Amino acid sequence: MNWITKFIKPKIKSLFKKKSSDSKDTLWTTCECKNLVYKDDLFNNLSVCPTCGSHHKLTPEERFKIFFDNKEYEVLETPLPKDDPLKFEDTKKYTERLKKAREQTKQSDAILIAHGKLEGTNVTVGAQNFSFIGGSLGAAAGEAFIHGVQHAINNKNPFIFFSCSGGARMQESAVALMQMTRSVLGVNELKKANLPYIVVMTNPTAGGVTASFAGLGDILIGEPKAIIAFAGRRVIQDTVKEELPEEFQTAEFVKEHGGIDLVVERKYLRSTISTLLSILLKKKEAQAISTTDVATFEETVSKTSKAV
Amino acid sequence: MRNYLEFEKEIKNLEEELDSSKNPFDKDGISEVDTAKIEKIQEEINEKLKITYSSLNSWQKTMVARHENRPRANFYIKEIFSDFTLLSGDRLFGEDKSIIAGFGVIENKSVLVLGQEKGEDLNSRMERNFGMMKPEGYRKCIRLMNLANRFRIPVVSFIDTPGAYPGIGAEQRGQAMAIANSIECCMSLKVPNISIIIGEGGSGGAIALASSNKVIMLEHSIYSVISPEGCASILWRDPSKSLEAADAMKLTAKELLNLGIVDEVIDEPLGGAHRDNKEMSKKIKKSILQNLETFKNLSGEEIFNQRKTKFLKIGRDQGFRKPSDALGEQLGYVEPSISKITRFIQERKNLFIGAIIALILAVILTILM
Ligand SMILES: [Zn+2]
Repeated sequence: MNWITKFIKPKIKSLFKKKSSDSKDTLWTTCECKNLVYKDDLFNNLSVCPTCGSHHKLTPEERFKIFFDNKEYEVLETPLPKDDPLKFEDTKKYTERLKKAREQTKQSDAILIAHGKLEGTNVTVGAQNFSFIGGSLGAAAGEAFIHGVQHAINNKNPFIFFSCSGGARMQESAVALMQMTRSVLGVNELKKANLPYIVVMTNPTAGGVTASFAGLGDILIGEPKAIIAFAGRRVIQDTVKEELPEEFQTAEFVKEHGGIDLVVERKYLRSTISTLLSILLKKKEAQAISTTDVATFEETVSKTSKAV
Repeated sequence: MRNYLEFEKEIKNLEEELDSSKNPFDKDGISEVDTAKIEKIQEEINEKLKITYSSLNSWQKTMVARHENRPRANFYIKEIFSDFTLLSGDRLFGEDKSIIAGFGVIENKSVLVLGQEKGEDLNSRMERNFGMMKPEGYRKCIRLMNLANRFRIPVVSFIDTPGAYPGIGAEQRGQAMAIANSIECCMSLKVPNISIIIGEGGSGGAIALASSNKVIMLEHSIYSVISPEGCASILWRDPSKSLEAADAMKLTAKELLNLGIVDEVIDEPLGGAHRDNKEMSKKIKKSILQNLETFKNLSGEEIFNQRKTKFLKIGRDQGFRKPSDALGEQLGYVEPSISKITRFIQERKNLFIGAIIALILAVILTILM
């Protein structure tokens, strides 16, 4: 029902609150465990709280820096559709919200696509920025995702996506809904091209994003304690009128119910994903073949082709 | 019993007057039926209905779309299809009665019919979960769409839901993935699928099935990412701003047709589908047949591509602020040269304006000197 609903709101609120307290003392930040953390320490620890292990949100650029080999990557220029297809205005103009989000994040919309190497393998990687209107999915993010998929197909790269979103963007209503179908089209092409598609669901992944391209990964990985949901907790509470368990909709809970494959700590994401990719792409088999006598290999190939 | 919406007060009074004039057993005993008067009132009613229903605002449309007496999927299925055979279950967990599914025949043509059904009285509404599907409902649809695909049978779906069910069990059984898989299935079909939004097209619950070759809306149905009430309470922080939210979301059939999100709008009978449900189902039947006809000579691949191209085009045909040429064949897009030119000018708007001003100044200066 109102899935994007009540979900983004409190998150955005808390985001702004955090921001304002940050500005008072830019060197320190507070974690949800109420501990004061030195910002550099937090960042050097992959933005995972050294005290409680809470995985803090990362911007796409921060994510790319800790994910690609040697922090080396190139951000792709993605197509940008015309702004504000519905001329939407609530208490504020949508164009103003966009302007503010762009100033804040230095991104043109919520999804950023980059390519680089992971343990030597070329990969195309996408990530959502929660600071950009709750990481919500609208026309521009849809185009960026599709562009990322096409880049992966053109370069025969595996596609890895870090989801972080409250769902579809309300200010684009039906246009945003269309992005669910359009992004799934992309995923279908990726699968047709037989390229691995791995989704890392970070906190939060909800609504129309979980219910479209993010939910369709060949392998689904959750970051610890990340909220992975369709409907927001409060919407469910209002509907069923009963208390929900504390761990409801956390990555661990979703995994227990068969929704995702793995819960992986941030520090192990690189190694887990590169292992999975090397297995799916049969890297070791290829290596074994290339190290055996080349002549025998070529002989076998020519024999087989003759036999055929 | 007739139910009237709040903006139909005058129509209600007139219709009551009409009823009492038709009834010869009046309070004063038997009186003669005044045909002339009846005709006059009826004309007046029709005029009022015409005016009211041709200028409904977005929130009034929302109320009509959710009207208690509005015909629902169950009714249309009975009216339009013969040999309808109800099929149940996802083979995994359960049977979801909020979605009616089965094979049927329309003018000798076999079709798979899927209909989101809200129910018509309190009991059936409870049983149908108010038209809010659970994962097993989507999985039942996926199972049957794949079956239809194997036998090369087109799919017709009736969309009428406030949204997918937000419940504990639904989440535990993978509501999000069920919807994602349903979209994936719709977009992979090699047979045509046609969706008709007959009432409320609520968000992910609707797009899960409305990812189709043809998306058709009834004149007074709505389609949006969230309910107007939900949107109002989040963005305005005031649930009473539903009209503003409904307006802002452009959720009416006409607006969505202009945006290229909907392919066709079917006009409703005077005063809405609920005032003449038989007439409405005739119009829907006609549209289904016409649309099926357009796919008759297409191959599976062509049908698949038509759907894919249509969805890829949405938004792109409005032009880009910043396109990218690096797109390949699978998901690529060639920007029409006309939009390239307009963008070229727009991007250099200031330059052009500056040049024009400079030119004018130069002309003025020459004249003065
Ligand atoms: Zn902490």
